[in-house]
Amino acid sequence: MSDQSVSTSIGDNLPPPQIGWLRRKLYKSETFRGVTLLSPTILFMAFAILIPFSILITMSFWTQSGFTFDTTFTTANYQTATERPIYWALLKRSLWISGITTVVTVLLCYPMAYYVAFHVHRNKMMWIVLMTLPFWTSYLLRVFAWKVVLGYEGVINSALISIGFIDAPLEFLLYSQSAVIITLAHAWAAFAILPLYVSLEKIDRSLLEAATDLGDGPVMRFFRITLPLSLPGVISASLLIFIPTTGDYITPTLLGGPDGSMIGMLIQKQFGAINNWPMGAALSIILMLCIAAISAIFIILTMFVRKRIS
Amino acid sequence: MSSGSYIKRPNRPLQVYAAIFLIVLYVPVLFLPLFSFNDSIYVNFPLSGFTTKWYFELWDRGPVWNALENSLKVGGVVSLLSTFLGIFAAKAITRYRIPGRGPLVSFIMLPLVVPLIIFGVALLVLLSQLGIPLSLYTVTVGHLIICLPFSIATLIPRFEGFDQSIEEVSADLGENAWWTFWRVTFPMVFPGVLASLMLTFTVSFDEFIMAFFLSGTEATLPMYIWSQLRFPQEFPSVLALASLILAASFMFVFLGQWINRGAYASAAKGNEL
Repeated sequence: MSDQSVSTSIGDNLPPPQIGWLRRKLYKSETFRGVTLLSPTILFMAFAILIPFSILITMSFWTQSGFTFDTTFTTANYQTATERPIYWALLKRSLWISGITTVVTVLLCYPMAYYVAFHVHRNKMMWIVLMTLPFWTSYLLRVFAWKVVLGYEGVINSALISIGFIDAPLEFLLYSQSAVIITLAHAWAAFAILPLYVSLEKIDRSLLEAATDLGDGPVMRFFRITLPLSLPGVISASLLIFIPTTGDYITPTLLGGPDGSMIGMLIQKQFGAINNWPMGAALSIILMLCIAAISAIFIILTMFVRKRIS
Repeated sequence: MSSGSYIKRPNRPLQVYAAIFLIVLYVPVLFLPLFSFNDSIYVNFPLSGFTTKWYFELWDRGPVWNALENSLKVGGVVSLLSTFLGIFAAKAITRYRIPGRGPLVSFIMLPLVVPLIIFGVALLVLLSQLGIPLSLYTVTVGHLIICLPFSIATLIPRFEGFDQSIEEVSADLGENAWWTFWRVTFPMVFPGVLASLMLTFTVSFDEFIMAFFLSGTEATLPMYIWSQLRFPQEFPSVLALASLILAASFMFVFLGQWINRGAYASAAKGNEL
């Protein structure tokens, strides 16, 4: 047994069969192997992201004429978008709704992530799975569930009526901004919890002990140690919710009504009923620029605050 | 550890909050199955009586079966492709020094963050300019964009979680890179691979926005549900269908996460060290 293993290891030390110099060099190069392994993914993503986006940008400078595109370069779409008050109103409202949703979600999820990070000691994994499980399942159906709950004759209204609490259905529940915010916050909770949890879990517990030993109470300890150290998690949670919800289409369509309609619906309409693809492209670009600008401001602000705290 | 006990003292209000949080997270979804057994066309209280007729009605609908078949096809192909690519990408990201790794990874993860409507619209514009007709293939490409980041994110902790020296031992014992991968690396990350297959399948199976922009005449299951939402009289059967899909998705995702629970454990351990 041991003889065998010795002989094989000796056999290994023999010079390897001659292969081309370049091939051997490349084979040994870690970078080359890594890049080779990663290249199919990168190529696919480049093809599926960069090319469509460059065409989208190009198209936003075209105009629709009948069923074809006029491909002469013009900024007419952007001018129209800034001039028509309805577009601005929709954009502002989308950013507003997403902003509120972000604040609500992060505030509601923080204690939950805190609880799992600091107070759950057994079956932590079970808690994480439980909190993120709904996120993996159909977004459409979760939004649909809220329609059932908030509906004019839905769960809340009919339950309140049948126990005699109210006489007529509460109308503000469905087709309103609050309905959209509730649904979005519920649907994206997992996106907030994970980064919050990870940043809280990473905090060195001895820092908390040190703070306590030096005389900080629980509240001071939280604001001086836990919160500043978990700020990276708060930042990523906020961005992870704010960015995708701004362009959301399903929730405002199913639950928004006239008050809760958002820019995503307008973009969809440009590619559907209105059939003005270049305008839709321009609106998509404007939306992305707004998101990028707000995210950048947000990141810079939080960095600034963090520096002031620590 | 025991010195931190005052931090670990149970916090009653926080426990209550956590319980309420979980209840609120799950209860709205549970109303779908509840009303799918309700013997009334209206979705409201008080419940009228127990029935399974909405499920039987579903059974006889041709379009539902077609949509199911389409969704299964797309989901199957997407989960296989994205996991296959994901394995190599995750290995490359965790094992090799690649110039510009950070930006590359953020680029791959972009679809998790950018509003999907913009991806859908951009792809739609590209396809129309190339003259490619919309079909299940275009939906598959769209879903692949969404699922690749999920697959890679699921697999990376797996690759990070096991001791790299095991691979080196295999190489020292004379296995080449190919067999080292199949005999050592792959079995070690296999739970992650299974989880990735199940999660990406579920994501694709349930995905709506990309399918909405990129599907032609053949509808996927979420597309079918969307088309039925306009008709109030179809509500109960949509509820039945939704309940079935949700039950299957929940079981699938739970299984996937459970199979892959080691990844979280090792990642958590890494943090403590």
